[in-house]
Amino acid sequence: MKFLKLKRLFWAAVAVLALGVPSIHAADISLLNVSYDPTREFYKEYNQAFAKHWKELKGDTVTIRQSHGGSGAQARSVIDGLDADVVTLALAYDVDAIAEKAHAIDPNWQKRLTHNSAPYTSTIVFLVRKGNPKGIKDWDDLAKADVKVITPNPKTSGGARWNHLAAWGYGLEKYGSEDKAREFVSKIYANVPVLDSGARGATNTFVQRGLGDVLIAWENEAILSIKELGPDKFDIVVPSISILAEPSVSIVDKNVEKKGTKEVATAYLEYLYSKEGQRIAAKNYYRPTDPEIIKESEANFPKLKLFTIDAVFNGWGEAQKKHFADGGEFDKIFASIKR
Amino acid sequence: MKWQFRKPSVLPGFGLTLGFSLTYVTLLVLIPLGGLLLYTTKLSWSEFGAVILDPRVLASFKLSFGASLIAAVINLFFGLIVAWTLARYNFFGKKIVDALVDLPFALPTAVAGIALAAIFAQSGWIGRLLDPLGIQIAYSRAGVVVALVFIGLPFVVRTVQPVIEEFEKEFEEAATSLGASWLQTFTKVILPSLMPALLTGFALSFARALGEYGSIIFISSNMPFVSEIVPLIIVTKLSQFDYVGATAVGTVMLFATFVILFLINAIQIYSREKSL
Amino acid sequence: MQSEHRLEPRWLKPLLLGITLLFLAIFLALPLGVVFSEALAKGWKVYWESISEPDAIAAIKLTLLVVLITVPLNTVFGVATAWLIAKFEFRGKGFLITLIDLPFAVSPVIAGLIFVLLFGSQGWFGAWLSEHDIRIVFATPGIILATLFITSPFVAREIIPLMQEQGKDEEESALTLGASGWQTFWKVTIPNIKWGLLYGVILSNARAMGEFGAVAVVSGHIRGLTTTMPLHVEILYGEYLFTAAFAVASLLTLLALVTLVLKSFIEWRIGKKRSLAH
Repeated sequence: MKFLKLKRLFWAAVAVLALGVPSIHAADISLLNVSYDPTREFYKEYNQAFAKHWKELKGDTVTIRQSHGGSGAQARSVIDGLDADVVTLALAYDVDAIAEKAHAIDPNWQKRLTHNSAPYTSTIVFLVRKGNPKGIKDWDDLAKADVKVITPNPKTSGGARWNHLAAWGYGLEKYGSEDKAREFVSKIYANVPVLDSGARGATNTFVQRGLGDVLIAWENEAILSIKELGPDKFDIVVPSISILAEPSVSIVDKNVEKKGTKEVATAYLEYLYSKEGQRIAAKNYYRPTDPEIIKESEANFPKLKLFTIDAVFNGWGEAQKKHFADGGEFDKIFASIKR
Repeated sequence: MKWQFRKPSVLPGFGLTLGFSLTYVTLLVLIPLGGLLLYTTKLSWSEFGAVILDPRVLASFKLSFGASLIAAVINLFFGLIVAWTLARYNFFGKKIVDALVDLPFALPTAVAGIALAAIFAQSGWIGRLLDPLGIQIAYSRAGVVVALVFIGLPFVVRTVQPVIEEFEKEFEEAATSLGASWLQTFTKVILPSLMPALLTGFALSFARALGEYGSIIFISSNMPFVSEIVPLIIVTKLSQFDYVGATAVGTVMLFATFVILFLINAIQIYSREKSL
Repeated sequence: MQSEHRLEPRWLKPLLLGITLLFLAIFLALPLGVVFSEALAKGWKVYWESISEPDAIAAIKLTLLVVLITVPLNTVFGVATAWLIAKFEFRGKGFLITLIDLPFAVSPVIAGLIFVLLFGSQGWFGAWLSEHDIRIVFATPGIILATLFITSPFVAREIIPLMQEQGKDEEESALTLGASGWQTFWKVTIPNIKWGLLYGVILSNARAMGEFGAVAVVSGHIRGLTTTMPLHVEILYGEYLFTAAFAVASLLTLLALVTLVLKSFIEWRIGKKRSLAH
């Protein structure tokens, strides 16, 4: 008797293991979008819009599954075989890594779609407590001794890398030299009490746990947390100058070819550039790139001076190596702070 | 005499269980961990040294070992008291308290981390009381220790409790009747016989604490050189696509835990032989 | 009532009892309180909605599936290994025990990592697996493997000392009386270890449900597909749905509590059996 049960369990286990092997269904198309943390709400809405659009266009039902996490960790999962059809990551470097290490994406991916394959952009702003009790107006104020700053760890968070580079860029512009910029950024990091591993974790620390006076965050993340967590609790402060953050998108060639989903995956990304895609992006506080939608949503996005990573840091490859690799600027700064 | 792999026994099933156990352990534990070691050999000794001796990695080793040691000592002390109370005294609600001790085994570590952070943050139930005193637990090294105490507590209690329960009261009575004070009886008679169990619990809780990840990232401030634990270094290296570096650090951790466990088993075998 | 120990100083019991209760209140009862108070912060309706939405259901199902596979496998492994270690003397036993213990102490992150290194597409078996279109990591098998690894020592650890304590006299006499090996095992050994076995199963079950670190590395975080309950909690927490996050967490906690109550019941039964035997 009991052995029969064991045997049955064994075969059940075998059956389940076999079920883990996906089979391609003819009628329903399934896409997997591997993305970074703050895009959850945006893609939830966009996926529905695209599914409707595709159904009207082709008659096929497309289900889009989402995976979110730190941008680097997500890229690593794709490199290790997570079968993403499209990646929508926080920065071009992470997409490059997939192209380079797994040869799963065409190295020229950035040229395949307009605006360097960045259908929407964002920037880095500050979230402060209601009424701005510490009087924070610009990057300078973050370096003051009595201000506590929350920002995630740039080694694990894509958003935090933009934060770091935005501060560095400000330091360069204002003080004129690399050494001065390093000194300035060090002062900001000396004010950081907690380094979370991702943008969402940092927001939770600032908002839920009440830690810190200012959160350096994605613009969309800052606006969203005010909407979600109470307009009576926080204010947004826009610095005089910040970085133009271009989150990158690409299809994962190796996977779509294998799964036969290249057409729909490409359409999925192209639709991000359509009026409707752009409108949904704007609604979720990403800066649109379509001139018409930019005009439409002008009121939502404050004007500020934006510099690009190519202009100031000579592109992601160099910025990554100089600032975030082991022994890079970030490590040097923390080695010198050593509290 | 012939070299013998095993002592003869009339009981059947040696071949079957040996074969099954070895296959299972080999497939599930030995091959994967061996793979980890082999992966590390992609590095030369000097490269390996460079990864391990990097100041930031060294600082995290110091923290992980230090915090785990402190937590294990705290657990040793309080675990003994809890085990003693549960084994020797009757009180209202004892069953509930006894069941509660296993909670850290069962509660998902991430949930534990979030809950502990909520309690010990400045605005939390306990953090609020400590804040005026200038004590900060969450988002500091102390937070790491708090999480590790939570994780490791049942190990000490559950190894020591049964030994106290089975401890012959006659020894105590004999010692006392010979004129020893209670404290003398405790330190000279009771404590020595609890030693193997205490050491085992201590080592288990220490080894478990070394590897803990889920609960700590929520309550630590995760600052390089200050409150960054070794598993976080591994995760960080992974999100930087540095597999070899991650496995190198992992190998050191693995070696440390292996040594600790081997010592525990040695203690247990030694104390069993002694008691026979 | 058991006899109080007059040997001890009078102040000892209240002191130790006080320390025990205070210590456990801070470290165990308070976290439990936080989970439930946060989960019910917005009332039962929100609570119910949080645990009955499709992604939560999918996470619950996946978690149960993982438990259903890992716990029986580890039980068989635990019993076989305990028999081997308790009933026979052979060389390399200490080494084998250490190997069995190892997953207890290996960092969950490393546990996840090794399976990615083996079965990931850059890993050793990666090319072969992808040729044959078999997915292990970032799919259910990977999650099962990682959980299997983490929970493998629990049953074995629980019954090895029990079997060692019982020795092998009973089995030997059963065999002398003409019982077959299997009969001896089912009729003599299993009844002797059944409560300890159940305790091991329960602990391993609780751990399998709650494992986070190792599963997080191999899961791929595909919402509604490869997210177990602990991962679902993390996702909700990251979406500012704190109440929902704690609701799912409280469900896990509740399962853990049921487990612990079962365990106490079992211990109570053992105690009763023992006192009857005396």
